[in-house]
Amino acid sequence: MPVEPLKETPSQTAGPYVHIGTWPSAAGLPIRTQEKPNVMVGAGAKGERIRIEGMIHDGAGSVVTDAMLELWHANADGQFPGHWGRTITDLKTGEWFFESVKPGATKLADGRAEAPFATLIIFARGINIHLHTRIYFADEDRANAGDPTLKAVAEPHLQKTLIASRSTRSGQTVYRFDIRLQGDNETVFFDI
Amino acid sequence: MGGNMQKGEFYRRDRNWHPPGYAPGYKSTVLRSPRRALLSLPQSPADLTGPVFGHGMLDPLDHDLIRNFGAGGEAIGERIVVHGRVVDQNAKPVAGTLLEVWQANACGRYRHVRDGYVAPLDPNFGGCGRVITDADGNFAFRTIKPGPYPWRNDGSDWRPAHIHFSIFGHAFTQRLISQFYFEGDPLIAKCPIVNTIRDRSAVDSLIARLDLENQTPFDHLTYRFDIVLRGRRSTFFENRPEGN
Repeated sequence: MPVEPLKETPSQTAGPYVHIGTWPSAAGLPIRTQEKPNVMVGAGAKGERIRIEGMIHDGAGSVVTDAMLELWHANADGQFPGHWGRTITDLKTGEWFFESVKPGATKLADGRAEAPFATLIIFARGINIHLHTRIYFADEDRANAGDPTLKAVAEPHLQKTLIASRSTRSGQTVYRFDIRLQGDNETVFFDI
Repeated sequence: MGGNMQKGEFYRRDRNWHPPGYAPGYKSTVLRSPRRALLSLPQSPADLTGPVFGHGMLDPLDHDLIRNFGAGGEAIGERIVVHGRVVDQNAKPVAGTLLEVWQANACGRYRHVRDGYVAPLDPNFGGCGRVITDADGNFAFRTIKPGPYPWRNDGSDWRPAHIHFSIFGHAFTQRLISQFYFEGDPLIAKCPIVNTIRDRSAVDSLIARLDLENQTPFDHLTYRFDIVLRGRRSTFFENRPEGN
């Protein structure tokens, strides 16, 4: 018999009530109300303070209002452990956001440089296994041009789905990253 | 040999074992599944690392859903303990990882602003818990067995009793959210969400087994549910220039 690894536990959808277990106060439970998992860093964290926000649209263009998203990225020096956060799409508007610091550039095991990015995973009703994408930053043109992942995506209109636009609002840096689950301008999702 | 053995990438996910994104028997997947193929990438440092959660975040009652909500009373329902072990695909324990659970109450009602099912809420049940695995990957929590409930998929489908769970592992590639079911439930085979999984043995691996020997006599029944997270390949020789 050949040596075979065990089979991974199979995924099932997180369902519409994902908030109960992952951000209970959003489900209406009066517990853990002090937890703000979408604020990913303390006041003293090194790096440029940023807000990343967006919405999720389904294949009919409807706004998703029952998703839970998690973000993981390097610290400002490009090192891990980095910063983790969890957010939800607003139950009414579908808007989600994270507050963090801008990650630094990282390196693959073979030494190739990666542009700064954040890993984003999406859980929701109707999503049987979480979707995995990456948020790159529009002000990193040069690094983005050399990034191995963006090069693997190849086509410019697909690359664009992975790059958050940058603006300033009330003195704060805001990146906008809208996600399309399906159809025209469908976000690139990865198998990693 | 040990000196040359390195931890490599995680095994690729078996996408035929997991449910596919598009599974029209579960109607919500129709507009929420990508149409393009997923793009395969090598694993980067962001994929090989992940957040660490300490015991400091836990409330003493986080593992006890019978008592962790309400004003001191106990939840109504069939009292159960669920225990199990988290290992990776190489059968190595996954220690110190956060497991979060959520569920409906004994009547099948969720405590959620969006659940309008006619069944009543239990003033002493919130349905939210979390634990951190011990050094051998073991976990246990106490709860009541959730009830089945109807949902509008093909008119009125019924979910089998289930508990949702979320687990982190030690790297973001191991991240997993799923649901487990209870041995002997006739609704499992009829559930459109269960049936998004094509392989019967994959479904079986999501069914908690009655563990009668480990009951607490005259208090609660016990179920056993083990979890397998992705494991890493061993690479014996590094494909890398000398001295790098």
